[in-house]
Amino acid sequence: MRIVERITALGHNAIEFISGFGRAGIMLWNAIVNVPRFRKGTPLLIKQLYVVGVQSFVIITISGLFIGMVLALQGYNILSDFGTSESLGPMVALSLLRELGPVVTALLFAGRAGSALTAEIGLMKSTEQLSSLEMMAVDPLRQVIAPRFWAGVISMPLLAMIFSAVGIYGGHIVGVEWKGIDAGSFWSILQSQVEWHQDILNSLIKSVVFAVVVTWIALYRGYQVIPNPEGISRATTKTVVQASLAVLALDFLLTALMFG
Amino acid sequence: MDNQTPNLVEVRNMSFNRGSRAIFKDLNLTIPKGKVTAIMGPSGIGKTTLLKLISGQLTPDSGQVLFDGHDIHKVSRKELFNLRQRMSMLFQSGALFTDINVADNVAFALREHSNLPESIINTIVAMKLEAVGLRGAGKLMPNELSGGMQRRAALARAIALEPELVMYDEPFAGQDPIAMGVLVKLIKELSESLNLTSVVVSHDVVEVLSIADYVYVVADKKVIAEGTPQQLKQSDNLQLQQFMGGEPDGPVPFHFPAPDYKKELMGENR
Amino acid sequence: MLTRKIEFLVGCFLLTGLAAFLTLVFNVANIKIDSGESTYALTARFTNVGGLKVRSPVKVGGVTVGRVSDIILDPKQLDAVVTIQIDKRYDQFPETSSLSILTSGLLGEQFLGLTPGFDDGDTSMLKSGDKIENTHSALVLEDLIGQFLYSLGSKDK
Repeated sequence: MRIVERITALGHNAIEFISGFGRAGIMLWNAIVNVPRFRKGTPLLIKQLYVVGVQSFVIITISGLFIGMVLALQGYNILSDFGTSESLGPMVALSLLRELGPVVTALLFAGRAGSALTAEIGLMKSTEQLSSLEMMAVDPLRQVIAPRFWAGVISMPLLAMIFSAVGIYGGHIVGVEWKGIDAGSFWSILQSQVEWHQDILNSLIKSVVFAVVVTWIALYRGYQVIPNPEGISRATTKTVVQASLAVLALDFLLTALMFG
Repeated sequence: MDNQTPNLVEVRNMSFNRGSRAIFKDLNLTIPKGKVTAIMGPSGIGKTTLLKLISGQLTPDSGQVLFDGHDIHKVSRKELFNLRQRMSMLFQSGALFTDINVADNVAFALREHSNLPESIINTIVAMKLEAVGLRGAGKLMPNELSGGMQRRAALARAIALEPELVMYDEPFAGQDPIAMGVLVKLIKELSESLNLTSVVVSHDVVEVLSIADYVYVVADKKVIAEGTPQQLKQSDNLQLQQFMGGEPDGPVPFHFPAPDYKKELMGENR
Repeated sequence: MLTRKIEFLVGCFLLTGLAAFLTLVFNVANIKIDSGESTYALTARFTNVGGLKVRSPVKVGGVTVGRVSDIILDPKQLDAVVTIQIDKRYDQFPETSSLSILTSGLLGEQFLGLTPGFDDGDTSMLKSGDKIENTHSALVLEDLIGQFLYSLGSKDK
């Protein structure tokens, strides 16, 4: 009997998991397939770009600067042992572009903007604002979910680019200004090693994928929230945990695909 | 006269389950045009659920809900949205959009569904807010209003599109006597002056009986009594009398169904 | 309602993001030698390519003029066929030019050094699809040490 119950529980969980995926997919599909309405949709999008993008700008810039500086400092200590401290440039730039830029941005974004999205939508649901949209014959998916989704998908790649650029500048500060690597060789080796397609385009692709996943999870968690304070706090936690894990797992997958 | 009024909403043999728990079983209701219909019953019997079923936010397991002859759960989403423009709902919490001010809240549906110029929208908003006595509060944010004023603002929003049907979900719950009096007066005035069909869901017996033209009492998954307020007061239905009189125990038990108390204390059920 | 301040900040944000992207593209990745249009392909055979990789640079006098785009093994002759993409701006290499696999520094990356051949006036220039005949394979450290020890041993006798 025990075994039968276990198997039943497993099947139940699997079905829940898959149907959850299905519901999330249907939600996203309904939200973004609707024809965008430029006159009414644009102000909503701009507002969400402000909430999601502009308000994450400071944390992303500061983190990028410090991570670039730390990378340069650690890298310099190791590389100078091998007499190749000039390779600091490409080391910092490639680490940032290929991995840290997209990944750290996505993690910070999940914590800063993703949790806020979940809480906001959860609150709108528990105060019946979503129902009242529905009653006013306005599709909440279109009014609430779609602009937030697009704002996330537009903002995060831009934030990742800002992160990488600021981080490389941070590497420059430590490597050139502080440790005294020749500025010319720092930049020329960096430039000869970084490539448009392999590094920058892939970085962009990664951050777009992460943006979709993080925003999607955040919106779905908010939309499916059990409408009470406990439900909202749980959903917020779930957003951060699931989005972070999804980003890290997908990062491995994408890295394997892109860089073999 | 009464018999000639066609019904705006008809609920026919509707059953609804939440999970494995039955909420309604073969429920029948009719809501006549231009009248105030009240639905009363003890808390927890799914009155809000009933409104959500009527407005098509939830789908019943069997039976149908007709709004002006259209089966609201069979029509396409687009048609449903068209029908929804003819009805509106006052939510228990008011459900004002917290990120825009009161005037924009009232203007929201107008901006969504009409192409009226901004100056006309502003005029309409001022008129609706005046009707609920909040014209001076248009520039305030919803969280700067008291609970009663929020509900009035929500009422202004609910009638912005001049709907045919307004559903009030517990409009009196948690209001002080003055706010309650204001709301009672408003609902009555609005339904008379705009010729609205109103559905009031509530358990505040006195207030409801003072405004309703016809009352349904729902308990135990079905309608247990119906009639004009006059008829209900004279009814000798025990369950009804318990509810109207507010007696703690009676046909509706005070106790949640449980195994025998003595036996449980003696540990016999374990 | 939207204020002008929010719109302004969103505009600034979008511009900053775009600026960061363009900085990365043009300043960090030296985007000059890559897009398919502006390069031409050459092939060369090596008996040993050592640590040469796809995307290793091709240099003339230390200046990068192209990159390795493909390395395959010829299944019949069993030697490596390397395809390189050279920037169209540099199209004045005589047919007699030679390619060698060099190493930047003692432990550095391997790259292809293109040594321009002598142009006696009627030597034709390399063009797309041509093959460079004159190649020098990678120096493999183990082979060098082996030869060195061998020659030491033979001297002692």
